[in-house]
Amino acid sequence: MNFEFSDEQNLLREQARGFLNANCDTKVVRAILDGDASYDTALWTKVVEMGWTATVIPEEYDGLGLSYLELSVIAEELGRALAPIPFSSSVYLATEAIIAAGSKQQKEAWLPKLAAGKIIGCLAVAEGSGRASAKSLTMREKAGALRGSKVPVADGDVADIAVVIAASATGDGASAYLVELDQASVSREVVPTIDPSRSHAKIGFDSASAELLGKEGEGWALLEKLYNRAAVLFAWEQVGGSDTALNMAKDYAMGRFAFGRPIATYQAIKHKLANMYVKTTLARGNCYYGAWALSSDAAELPIAAAAARVSAIQAYYFAAKENIQTHGGMGFTWEFDCQFPYRRSKLLSVNIGSEGVWQEKLISAIEKDRAA
Amino acid sequence: MDFNDTPEEATFRQEVRSWLEANVPASSELEGLDYIGTAKLWQKRKYDAGWACIRWPKEHGGRNATAIENVIFGQEESKFDTPDNIFGIGHGMCGPTMMAWATDEQNKEYMPSLASGEKIWCQLFSEPAGGSDLAALRTRAEKDGDEWVINGQKIWTSGAHYSDYGVLVLRTDPTAPKHQGLTYFFIDMKSPGIEIKPIKQISGGANFNEVYFTDVRVSDAQRLGAVGQGWQVALTTLMNERASIGGGGGGVNFDSVFKLAQKVMIDDEPAIRDKTVRSKLADWYVQESGLKFTGYRSMTALSKGEIPGPENSIGKLVGAPKQQDMASFALDLLDASGAIWDKELSEEAGMFQATYMGSPGLRIAGGTDEIMANIIAERVLGLPQDIRVDKGIPFNEVPTSNS
Ligand SMILES: Cc1cc2nc3c(=O)[nH]c(=O)nc-3n(C[C@H](O)[C@H](O)[C@H](O)COP(=O)(O)OP(=O)(O)OC[C@H]3O[C@@H](n4cnc5c(N)ncnc54)[C@H](O)[C@@H]3O)c2cc1C
Repeated sequence: MNFEFSDEQNLLREQARGFLNANCDTKVVRAILDGDASYDTALWTKVVEMGWTATVIPEEYDGLGLSYLELSVIAEELGRALAPIPFSSSVYLATEAIIAAGSKQQKEAWLPKLAAGKIIGCLAVAEGSGRASAKSLTMREKAGALRGSKVPVADGDVADIAVVIAASATGDGASAYLVELDQASVSREVVPTIDPSRSHAKIGFDSASAELLGKEGEGWALLEKLYNRAAVLFAWEQVGGSDTALNMAKDYAMGRFAFGRPIATYQAIKHKLANMYVKTTLARGNCYYGAWALSSDAAELPIAAAAARVSAIQAYYFAAKENIQTHGGMGFTWEFDCQFPYRRSKLLSVNIGSEGVWQEKLISAIEKDRAA
Repeated sequence: MDFNDTPEEATFRQEVRSWLEANVPASSELEGLDYIGTAKLWQKRKYDAGWACIRWPKEHGGRNATAIENVIFGQEESKFDTPDNIFGIGHGMCGPTMMAWATDEQNKEYMPSLASGEKIWCQLFSEPAGGSDLAALRTRAEKDGDEWVINGQKIWTSGAHYSDYGVLVLRTDPTAPKHQGLTYFFIDMKSPGIEIKPIKQISGGANFNEVYFTDVRVSDAQRLGAVGQGWQVALTTLMNERASIGGGGGGVNFDSVFKLAQKVMIDDEPAIRDKTVRSKLADWYVQESGLKFTGYRSMTALSKGEIPGPENSIGKLVGAPKQQDMASFALDLLDASGAIWDKELSEEAGMFQATYMGSPGLRIAGGTDEIMANIIAERVLGLPQDIRVDKGIPFNEVPTSNS
């Protein structure tokens, strides 16, 4: 057993962290939160230049052909920096969907562009409040065209292509489609969210031309597979974010005085920070296992991914809210940065199925495993 | 013990209900008014009919009602959709402090307009260096004839921007140990030299402020308690604060999450059918009802003449994190769309999202979770205090930073 990243992967981490420290401090996050731009285009361009969008895309499609361990390293650092870019939608979801289910033509058409950052992809599933299921979907395809609307779609306002999950009369009740968003029959509007540093949209499809991705009636299975893979990468982002919240809290606690001494000397604060550390460390442990399962296509992936996801959701929520608490009144101000991890923690936790969904998946996967 | 109304209470309840039914303003009446306007309109209407601050003495604008009658009025009022209340600090904290420490003439002069909502009051306690450690505040007051001259800065003053008066604690002797060098005043917020700067909150609004004092003059007649007795007067305010910002109230609560769970779906069934959802709801229900009935018990004690004690800290300690966790859970139930915060697109016009972003403030305002827990440990359970490095030494020699 070797439960560590390689020297090369650690070098990549150092480079990534250095790069993000230089190009994505919290001022960058704040500018997107406060301004009209949907994401930081300059940062995105540089991320693309570094090849991060090409990480796991096979070389035959102009990718770097690296493993999910490298992508995990990048994910943790992007999460740590709270990067305001459409990376998760484009890389963990849209690119993955095409790698997993695309025909040779579809891969040739889209993967090189996704690798080179010429286009941004997104995944459109939700149709309003509550957990979507194959049965709950109302959007359908008819004669190669989609009608209906999807909301919210992370990065839907800036994406060029969308992987759309729509209802199907056959198979598992859903099919996946690839839709180019630059067509007259597609309308998009930005929807305000709890984390304006990551944009979301409502997308209307009025007989938008769409191309089947994978087989008819296998859309829900594809989505489950995608989520299992993306869960590991989201969890890494969440662990990176938890670490940021913990470090903010630690720095502040050391310098803030109350009753004549640093608040860091109070056990209420020490235990709070220790608990942040414990939760984040457990989540990181689960993320290591998830990264291994993902990179080696192991049969354990469903359990590993769900465990990483559940513990990372919990760690990030705890660290983000208690970071505000550690800052007292200052933590509640717009001027301070504590709001960023608090917003992002919730956004990342509802993005690909919330805590309850993954707790359920975890135990179901374990049941299945034990029965086998 | 009897949880039912006595015949007198039932009569009173009926009287309250009838009055509310006939007098709660219709939305058409409130059109064109901002939240201050609507709050003032409703408060004035209550006042004119004798339903404002009903526990207060008649000559101060109240109705000499009992604590239980006050609870009944609150219960009945909360069943109606009334304008947001912006008088909580004035009615819950400033008023009771004034009535305990100001002269009769002062109370006759200032209390009726506070009860009627014509004048709004705020609480100028916290400072950059004095939050949890309130007694570490530094804003100076120096005696000059019959007046005091104030210089310094307050922070986090809720509603300062629309307030007419404020209560404040000031340092009158920096060489005395910290609790002994404080003196308490009330002040006209329009006094020359007061400058108010709003602070934007993470929830988007800007309801609290920085308040700067530059050579602001206040009459010695507006001092409450003796010079150097400010901490004792402040405790009156803080006790009332604990009693007034309890856990319950509006926003996200058991009822709103229960309703949401009946509406949104999990695996094609209403979320309320899901066992994990039910178990969480059960946990929150028992916390909420536990708080409610504990509150009734302290009301009963209050009605027998006892003063609100440190045990009232439990309301905020349980209630504030509960709101945060419930809001967080509600967003999870909404799944992907939990992220959307929009009047039109979100369930309940975005109330769950607003509470998610606002509840961190509740855990800090009026004493943080940690301070509430310390109060319960030390003042209710009688556990020994932390070793105090600032005890007994002159205030201006207490360490305030690492350097
Ligand atoms: C929404 C809002 C409204 C407010 N309105 C008003 C108002 O109208 N008027 C007013 O005067 N003030 C107001 N406040 C200020 C509020 O009372 C203070 O913010 C609060 O008391 C905490 O003080 P602080 O912000 O200085 O945090 P700090 O005291 O610096 O606390 C930082 C952290 O250290 C912890 N800590 C401090 N001391 C100890 C200890 N001994 N043991 C363990 N942990 C400790 C705290 O719990 C917290 O987690 C408001 C605050 C908020 C958020």
